[in-house]
Amino acid sequence: MAKMNMLHAINSALDITMAEHPQACIFGEDVGYFGGVFRATSGLQEKYGKHRVFNTPLTEQGILGFANGLAAFGAPALAEIQFADYIFPAFDQIVNESAKFRYRSGNEFNVGNLTVRTPYGGGIAGGLYHSQSPEAYFAHTPGLKIVVPRNPYQAKGLLRAAIKDDNPVIFFEPKRLYRASVGEVPEEDYSIELGKAEVIEEGSDITLLAWGAQMEIIEQAAQKAAEAGISCEIIDLRSILPWDVETVAKSVIKTGRLVVSHEAPITNGFGAEIAATIQKECFLHLESPIERVCGLDTPYPLALEKEYVPDALKVFAAIKRSMEF
Amino acid sequence: MTNPNNISLNISHALEFIDGHALNIPTLKILSDQGDVLDGATAPEIDKETALRIYSTMRFIRLLDERMQGAQRQGRISFYMQCLGEEAAVTASAAALKEDDMIMAQYREQAAIHYRGFSLEEFMNQLFSNEKDLGKGRQMPVHYGSKALHYLTISSPLGTQIPQATGYAYGQKLKHIDKETGELTSEIENVTICYFGEGAASEGDFHAGLNMAAVHGSPVIFYARNNGYAISTPADEQFKGDGIAARGVGYGIKTIRVDGADALAVYAATQAARKIAVENGEPVMIESIAYRLGAHSTSDDPSGYRTKDEEAEFKNSCPVNRFKQWLLKQDWLDEAQDDLEKEKIREDILAALKVAEKVQKPALEDLVSDVYDTPIPSLQKQYEELKAHIKTYPDAYPVTAGRIK
Repeated sequence: MAKMNMLHAINSALDITMAEHPQACIFGEDVGYFGGVFRATSGLQEKYGKHRVFNTPLTEQGILGFANGLAAFGAPALAEIQFADYIFPAFDQIVNESAKFRYRSGNEFNVGNLTVRTPYGGGIAGGLYHSQSPEAYFAHTPGLKIVVPRNPYQAKGLLRAAIKDDNPVIFFEPKRLYRASVGEVPEEDYSIELGKAEVIEEGSDITLLAWGAQMEIIEQAAQKAAEAGISCEIIDLRSILPWDVETVAKSVIKTGRLVVSHEAPITNGFGAEIAATIQKECFLHLESPIERVCGLDTPYPLALEKEYVPDALKVFAAIKRSMEF
Repeated sequence: MTNPNNISLNISHALEFIDGHALNIPTLKILSDQGDVLDGATAPEIDKETALRIYSTMRFIRLLDERMQGAQRQGRISFYMQCLGEEAAVTASAAALKEDDMIMAQYREQAAIHYRGFSLEEFMNQLFSNEKDLGKGRQMPVHYGSKALHYLTISSPLGTQIPQATGYAYGQKLKHIDKETGELTSEIENVTICYFGEGAASEGDFHAGLNMAAVHGSPVIFYARNNGYAISTPADEQFKGDGIAARGVGYGIKTIRVDGADALAVYAATQAARKIAVENGEPVMIESIAYRLGAHSTSDDPSGYRTKDEEAEFKNSCPVNRFKQWLLKQDWLDEAQDDLEKEKIREDILAALKVAEKVQKPALEDLVSDVYDTPIPSLQKQYEELKAHIKTYPDAYPVTAGRIK
């Protein structure tokens, strides 16, 4: 075990992959010698060569088109989109190409070798275009897998699983935690199964569900709730697609209450899908309406970021509403 | 002197603009419309076997297109796209490659996959989306693909294959790169050819794909089929520059323009392009000029946007006939025999059509397979629910109801 921040953990997962596959390539804007604007790929070009770790021209649709081709060829394609806010020029390549490659060819071809890493989320004074959480757009696309880690240990294990998974995976990295989150991480290889949520803390009164950077917010809210005598069960969803209905439903059947929280705007956010599914699975066990604590239906703000974000106090208020219903 | 801006270091003191058409790119033509090698032109080295394979492929596609256009009009298939007028461009370029070079096509390149050995039966199974279709009946007619034949399954969105070809070809080159020097250690074994139309070249993916191929040195042959029309939009409403070829030069890519109705010119240019790609590890661009003699697809009627006179002008330069005349002059083809073979192909096509249209549709399982490598739990659940629903109302779902276990 070693103390690592999330960037070190991600770098370690990439390093293991590069050593494992002689044809694996890492590419994106500024990922070469510079090591990426957040330094997630630091040192990898020196180690594996300019032909395997390289800067691309500034074209997200090109990065994903290239990645689809390289993955179809059979090489692990580890593409980085510098900010999730800039993934949209690549939307067609991801939604119409990556996601449908296997299906449309009758499994003659696939891009299971593709992993797209991209930093998402707010909290860094990034305003409209360095703060978005676009997971719900992609969750509407059969054929993709979507993963979001909450800490360095999770980041390394989930990224390795995403890379080894034989389907295209988008790996959203909570950039606010890149350096802020530090923890014990094994130096050796390990994987954390995709599609499985994790119950982080057991509780009896209410279930709190989130993923990525929002986990520490709901943990803070749970702390406040505990002080008020409310016992929260805390779940990290980890995979948005496919998502672990069973673990969440089991918890809600036990507690009878659910609060879902994410940074993305509330309307059509992934919380809506969770609420719809859980009300069906757990209808007779619910003691109160499912609460969603999310971003407002505005672009991501700058000066008023604190007001916009679903902070611990908003989550705590939702817990109280649910308990007092 | 350092050159951080990566430009020609060439200072001028005269205020002068370069004309938008300064390049004035020529078109390589080797065969006359009558099938003679033109004065000053050099025919490429091509053996009799290859030449006849090119011809028989073009002949087959012409007959297949004729029959399947008719089948669509009879309501037997939903959709079709002919290669009419572009048979030489597609066939002769595919013929200049190695059999295991990758082909990433747009949709009108059925001649290339047939040249590789895609059989009449395989064509029919795809066109009728029956259970023997390699694509499992999921895509509209003409979306062929075959891993065994190194022909990527067609995708309807235009131009998406262009940056993919760049990535795929980069993969083909990887094992030939020296880690320390970044130089090629040997000639590259395989390349990728990427076909697209002059309309698709307006897509962002075109710019992205060509620029990245140039920067990263991907051994791709970008083959632009400039056939004059994107559905109804003529080329002069599509771009202002000197065709698509001028853009190749803009990206720093070696570029040639050929007469796409001239099989020998196409063959010669593609052979030379492949040599550059494998030896230098870089992309090459070919713009081939032909005329789309048919409609865009069976959903299109060109009489609304182009004149009969224009169509008649190009009917005389039929690429199949031009190459046939050359073959006759080589004494490599016998006209009477050719006519007999055409008759036989027509009969085979009709017989294969009658077989394929009776083969049953794919099983229900093929609705949910291949979305992922294995179905995810939510999809598995939806599948079980659907099966139960179909069993409750079997009459409403006659294609699959009888086959659900």
